[in-house]
Amino acid sequence: MRLKKLVLGAAFAGVVGVSVPVSQAVAEDTLFVPLFTYRTGPFANSGIPIANGMHDYFNMLNARDGGIGGVKVLVQECETGYKNEKGVECYDSVKSKHPLVITPYSTGITLALIPKASVDRIPVFSMAYGLSAAAVGTDFPWIFNPPATYWDGMSIVLKYIAGKEGGLASLKGKKIGYIYFDGGYGLEPIPLLDQFAKEYGFSVTKYPVPPADMQNQSGLWLSVRRDRPDWMIMWGWGAMNPTAVQEAAKTGFAMDHFIGVWWSGSENDARPAGSGAKGYLSLNFNAVGAGYPAIKDVEKYVIAKGNSQTPKDMVGENFYNRGVMNSVIIAEAIRNAQKLTHKKVVDSADVRRGLETLTISDERWKQLGLPGFAAAIHVTCQDHNGHHAAYVQQWDGRKWVKVSDWLTPMEDKVLPLLYSAANDYVSKNQPWPKRTEACDDKTL
Amino acid sequence: MLYREVGQYKTSYRADQALFPILQDRIGIAVILLLAFVGVPLTASSFTIDSILIPVLVLALAATGLNLLTGYTGLLSLGTGGFMGVGAFACYKLTTLFPGVNIIILILCSGFFAAAVGTVFGLPSLRIKGFYLAVATLAAQFFLSWCFIRIPWLYNYNVSASIEVPTKTLFGLAVTGPTSSPVTRYLIVLSIVAFLTLVAANLVRGRIGRTWMAVRDMDLAAELIGIRLYQTKLLAFAVSSFYCGVAGAIMVFLWLGNAESESFNINQSFLILFMVIIGGLGSLLGSFLGAALIWGLPIVLRAAPAFFGVNIRSATAEQISFVIVGALIIFFLIVEPYGLARLWQVGKQKLRMWPFPY
Repeated sequence: MRLKKLVLGAAFAGVVGVSVPVSQAVAEDTLFVPLFTYRTGPFANSGIPIANGMHDYFNMLNARDGGIGGVKVLVQECETGYKNEKGVECYDSVKSKHPLVITPYSTGITLALIPKASVDRIPVFSMAYGLSAAAVGTDFPWIFNPPATYWDGMSIVLKYIAGKEGGLASLKGKKIGYIYFDGGYGLEPIPLLDQFAKEYGFSVTKYPVPPADMQNQSGLWLSVRRDRPDWMIMWGWGAMNPTAVQEAAKTGFAMDHFIGVWWSGSENDARPAGSGAKGYLSLNFNAVGAGYPAIKDVEKYVIAKGNSQTPKDMVGENFYNRGVMNSVIIAEAIRNAQKLTHKKVVDSADVRRGLETLTISDERWKQLGLPGFAAAIHVTCQDHNGHHAAYVQQWDGRKWVKVSDWLTPMEDKVLPLLYSAANDYVSKNQPWPKRTEACDDKTL
Repeated sequence: MLYREVGQYKTSYRADQALFPILQDRIGIAVILLLAFVGVPLTASSFTIDSILIPVLVLALAATGLNLLTGYTGLLSLGTGGFMGVGAFACYKLTTLFPGVNIIILILCSGFFAAAVGTVFGLPSLRIKGFYLAVATLAAQFFLSWCFIRIPWLYNYNVSASIEVPTKTLFGLAVTGPTSSPVTRYLIVLSIVAFLTLVAANLVRGRIGRTWMAVRDMDLAAELIGIRLYQTKLLAFAVSSFYCGVAGAIMVFLWLGNAESESFNINQSFLILFMVIIGGLGSLLGSFLGAALIWGLPIVLRAAPAFFGVNIRSATAEQISFVIVGALIIFFLIVEPYGLARLWQVGKQKLRMWPFPY
């Protein structure tokens, strides 16, 4: 019996014990930014460059400027494998360490964290993913999803297609195929797509890709071949992207009529299809390439010193730069919060205010060493997104080339949908907390 | 010496048929329950409760469900994830249709929907056995996952295709949703799991359990001694799916707070099956041990390097934990095919004679 107790006791102590290292206090004078990343699993091809970009930019700020406003940034990765349970576990493990902001990097994890954010008073920053409706700041004071929502993305795609076809009116009678990740992420744009189809008289054929069959799309592309759509639009992620591009190339689909959202436009997505991917289009909201002073600094202060997991040739790739942009926005929000509160070590509530008053003008992008890197970003208390412009890029066989101007989303179509979706979410999740957070004056 | 039942006389049938006939077992279970119900809420951190204890209890309940089917009745099933999903989506629909009803009642009711679906998919078990049945249940798994995303009515036409858990209160205390405290949720989960485990323990040692085991050991012989295969097998499917359904409902409502079709995919089914295999087929204790091992190990592995001051990247830790869990599965299959529960049995035998083995 004693042994049994001993074993039980040891097991219990073990269980309690493991919580000790995770709840270790973070030093008082740092800015703690946890990064939820995935370098393992079927989404790693998308996740690794983003994780590297996010990580390296903060390390560069630490090495070059001594952090933000003189306070070091403490970056800690938590591996989610893009799984919701793991993401929630990561959130629970960092929650007690006073994180300034959470970046889930998964629509599923974002959805799980949205109700928790206002209770735990930790802002969630989901850069152009997550719940589109969370852009309504009056209902979701703790959630931020600039620079654009999925619906903005869809309207930009259709704008681009209309531009090629000769105006929105000439979409009439066209056949558009929509291949999408069969989950919240891919389903979200459908209401807008259907609405456009009705308004402009084109037909939509939908090709869902179940998460389990991401790498098994040959049957689906046979249907595409049979249906002969004029355009294909893709909402894909992870292993689904390169598979779709390869299959499209194999079936001989016109690649310059195949356009992916900004999450389907990584080099890793186009490269495996070889020369067949030439002409493939995708949206983007950040510049590609390493020719920016800030990225040169990353190379100089972080990568050259061996403080990074990034292979040299990954720097400047699309998703690497996406990760950098993610970190730039967080860093700017922290800087903003420091300015607003006149404190050096800010807390998560301050960063929420910082995000809510965030403005990164073209001028500011230049000061940051990233001239023309992205559209000017402007977030307000009411609008946590900004509905900013994106551009279309084309794969030339080796790299991405910008082939369109910055296209603004059709806000007149997107906003009504956004507000009704936000209302719908709030009404289904009653009692939903009313916004009590004061709105900061922008002139501060 | 310490664990010896010598001198414990059973003077009535009642005492002989007790769930825990040995005094030491009774003390042991009382200590465990005391620790679980009183010790943990007083001492454990919210991370321990939210990320270790609640998940282990939920998965243990699902593993118990599968164990009733696979371990006790000998019917291999790969549809566990799907049946859990039925429970979760049923509970979600019930909360929207009957918002005023006590959430715990709804969670238990959702088990009946899973039981109904499980019975339907259990029908092929009357004709096919073994691997072929596994394939039939695999079909159930895929069909159900497909339903969870293709029937928007199930998730109330949410644009995100996911189900979200609203805040529900019980006696003025939030029990679901973000405002509920981990301790409240933990105690509810623990109560439900403890209650259902007690029911299962009584089921398997009674008439029903014996017919299940007879069918498992040799269904032809069981039929010859007068057991009706068709009722027995379907009952096993129903009870098993009930447990899985309740586990799924708890998983969404008291643990994750949100779920989509992907949360109940084939990987979930395999995970639960591994728990049953590692824990021990045909043992309720095994379900708990298996769940604790498979869920707990990666967390321990991730925390261990930091505990000893070694800094390892979180992705590396994840990969190491994949390797170790995989190796453990192979190790157990070779060294102890009856699982952790069997190890405990062996240990108990040894303890009886300890410290004077003769």
